[in-house]
Amino acid sequence: MLAHENSPLKQTPLHALHLARGAKMVPFAGYDMPVQYTAGVLKEHLHTRKDAGLFDVSHMGQLVLKAKSGKVGDAALALEKLVPQDIVGIAPGRQRYAQFTNDDGGLLDDLMVANFGDHLFLVVNAACKAEDEAHLRTHLCDTCEIVSLADRALIALQGPKAESALAKLCADVSSMKFMDAGPRRVADIDCFVSRSGYTGEDGFEISVPADKAEALVAALLDNPDVLPIGLGARDSLRLEAGLCLYGHDIDTTTTPVEGALEWSVQKVRRSGGARAGGFPGADKILSQFAQGASRRRVGLRPDGRAPVREGALLFADAASSEQIGKVTSGGFGPSLNAPVAMGYLPTALSAVGTTVFAEVRGQRLPLKVAATPFVPNTYKR
Amino acid sequence: MTTLYTSDHEWLRIEGDVATIGITDYAQSQLGDVVFVELPKVGRSLKKAEAAAVVESVKAASDVYAPITGEVIEVNEALAAEPALVNSDAGGKAWFFKLRIADKGELGGLMDEAAYAAHTA
Repeated sequence: MLAHENSPLKQTPLHALHLARGAKMVPFAGYDMPVQYTAGVLKEHLHTRKDAGLFDVSHMGQLVLKAKSGKVGDAALALEKLVPQDIVGIAPGRQRYAQFTNDDGGLLDDLMVANFGDHLFLVVNAACKAEDEAHLRTHLCDTCEIVSLADRALIALQGPKAESALAKLCADVSSMKFMDAGPRRVADIDCFVSRSGYTGEDGFEISVPADKAEALVAALLDNPDVLPIGLGARDSLRLEAGLCLYGHDIDTTTTPVEGALEWSVQKVRRSGGARAGGFPGADKILSQFAQGASRRRVGLRPDGRAPVREGALLFADAASSEQIGKVTSGGFGPSLNAPVAMGYLPTALSAVGTTVFAEVRGQRLPLKVAATPFVPNTYKR
Repeated sequence: MTTLYTSDHEWLRIEGDVATIGITDYAQSQLGDVVFVELPKVGRSLKKAEAAAVVESVKAASDVYAPITGEVIEVNEALAAEPALVNSDAGGKAWFFKLRIADKGELGGLMDEAAYAAHTA
């Protein structure tokens, strides 16, 4: 806990507000971030599912990708060289989940891509943002301008009361549907708003100029339905929603097929599609689409109450010495009032209902492969 | 009845040759919301500093060490059903286990309330 006295941790534009609200700060991806406020992880989690939670995710990277031709379609075609998604097909005002792949079909990062009409707006993970920007420059600088929006904060407002809370400051938002995205005036501030998030709940992510972030957040927190929520609850919320955490559930060694992210690769980029392949690792990824992969990311529900955490080794039975997989995320799901986990298993053992065993403190604990999301999502489609 | 403390944030209430052991209110406040407690089996002989129980919060798992050597004579089954007792009453209803003290000499190395208060200040 003394680490941040020695290492120069970066601060988000909302750092002072976190301290004023009694946050417990921890180092995360080079930033001094709130892991929880005075309410604690459990209450913050449940509040987000019941009312609305406000998250500071300003550590994440925000980038603009603009074609030198001025045509957004050219930027989309360029980006398709680095991701297996249909970027050309993202309509203006819409957003899509994507991944940067490497030559082995592994994932360098996952990201959101929005079409803002004349350019693309990208949101990438904090820990990867410098590499992602360099990756874009290396491969796309001949056709595109890449601008890092380091002077903007990013906040997420999530939960069933997120719409009513944001609607008080921006009349437009009620008509937005899940994954709509674009510039909006919020509390008289020029923002970028998307109807998306990382909790499984309906909600919004709002990019705001750094010098206006505190005013916007103060206006949102004026609403008694809205509480600030730390990274602790952000993690338990996304885990219950079955959403991957980059660097844990997916990384450079996992492909989109192994990661059970086939849904995120549109048909137009798969074999037989009009723009099939053409991204790093396409041979491996497309052959896995055809033939399947030997392992797969699955949801796991421990039978008992003991949380099974990241790193726990998985076995086919209570006695076997042969490890068959590993837990990549795990903890306690406050909304389920039960432990939940995710991990990789041999595809043959990945069917829902299959029992496997995790080694926890020298004991073998039974878990069942379970469908995700563990908690149904409430996106406004 | 004497209450003693360890630097690992456990408390011991000494009654005759029995020590009742739990974690301190300071410890629960650092752990956050407790969601699972694993207790030792009755009859188990514990050596001083041996991992005896596990307390898991939403955030992480933490070991509870035997502060002294002894045999487990009773465990608090209520914690299995209601782990949140650790947050609401760490120093009382949320005791973890009782040990029959093997060597009273080991108690000399523990802190009294004033020393523990200074330790967590």
